[in-house]
Amino acid sequence: MEKDISGTTLRIAQILIDELKLEDVTPETFDPDLDLVDEVGVDSMDLATVALVLRDEYGIRIDEDDYPKLTTVRIIAEYINNKLDSDD
Amino acid sequence: MKTVSSLLDERWYERYKKISKLNIRSSIYDVTDHCNLRCKGCFFFSSDEHKAASEEKDVSRWHAFVEQEMARGVNLAILIGGEPTLCLDRIEAFYQRLPTFCATNGLIKVPRERFPDMMVGISLWGDKEDEVLLRGKDTFKISSNNYAGDPHAYYLYTITPKQLGKVEQIIKNVEGVGLKVHMQLLSNDEGVDGFSWQPEQLMDVRTEMDDVLDKYPETVISSKYYHEIITSGKMLGRPFGWDECPSVTITHDNRTPQPKRLTNFIRWASDLKTTHRCCTSETRDCSTCKDGAAHMSWVMVNKRGHIRTAQDLQNWIEVYEMFAKLYQFIPW
Ligand code: SF4
Ligand code: SF4
Repeated sequence: MEKDISGTTLRIAQILIDELKLEDVTPETFDPDLDLVDEVGVDSMDLATVALVLRDEYGIRIDEDDYPKLTTVRIIAEYINNKLDSDD
Repeated sequence: MKTVSSLLDERWYERYKKISKLNIRSSIYDVTDHCNLRCKGCFFFSSDEHKAASEEKDVSRWHAFVEQEMARGVNLAILIGGEPTLCLDRIEAFYQRLPTFCATNGLIKVPRERFPDMMVGISLWGDKEDEVLLRGKDTFKISSNNYAGDPHAYYLYTITPKQLGKVEQIIKNVEGVGLKVHMQLLSNDEGVDGFSWQPEQLMDVRTEMDDVLDKYPETVISSKYYHEIITSGKMLGRPFGWDECPSVTITHDNRTPQPKRLTNFIRWASDLKTTHRCCTSETRDCSTCKDGAAHMSWVMVNKRGHIRTAQDLQNWIEVYEMFAKLYQFIPW
């Protein structure tokens, strides 16, 4: 089944804002194509934290080898939706 | 929201991008319990860590162990001891597979035909007088003969309070033999008389460290922010110590709440089974710990805290670059 990508995008932006304590940004104003490493300063430890929240929320496991690919909110959303689709 | 590029000009942003994806995951390995020196104030012997386990002598087990460590995500092996160069076969188990750094007192020359580009960090505790007092001999004389001009070696100069006023001469000596030098501060685990830091001495040594960095930028691998943090024990207004230390072995980490920003760090004893509490002495008081690598890691794992002002972020970049240079992730 096709999942709602924009809903997932907003939710991931919210998780990032909460977990990384980002200021002056909302899920709606978070640019989904902003490079998380080069612009937001996310590192692999941040991603590990976020991966745990995503695991609990979506019931999916994010392989650590996949972290380098997860460079934007949009890419994470697509990754999650693909995983959910393949589980359908 | 503050972004990296909004805080940095183009030149700094390029520097940031060169290190932003490195994701260095180091662990530390005691290669042997033996040493060809017995320095006063050596944390390994003063805290009886050399008795914590008996060495694994079967080299094939070392090879299998390194494979396991890589599967755990380790991408930098930091070899300490005792004196690792007493056991070259064990070093080779790491070097064949991983970026490897070998700490040594420099008395034995690592054979470069066997380890052509392994980074070697040679310990140095001061001038001839202090080296003889603390280590029983002037190791610089021997180590500089062994390593002069080696592009994959540098001195790891442990500054003691007795070195105040003499730091520049040491740097000149190192420059004279064509090597680089990184500085750290003695923690004086054995309480050797006159070698514990007083607050005003820490301020003075910071000034000296800053001065030699300004004067010998090609020789000294350091950063002023690192000097500030290691002498003040504070970063972004927070104190260094047990609660925040990133160099605690994960299996010994009983902190509640556990710091979130951990890197799966382990310091292994030479039986390849026993683990030590942290990167340095089990008996060390965290509130006065001066461990240089732990302070650097503390900065490195707190990147987002530094995305505050241009100066904060530049400070973070300089410390990360320093670490990456010392372990050959980026060139000097
Ligand atoms: S050379 Fe290093 S391991 Fe050996 S006694 Fe001195 S400080 Fe300790
Ligand atoms: S002694 Fe130093 S390195 Fe070890 S846990 Fe304490 S603060 Fe960290």
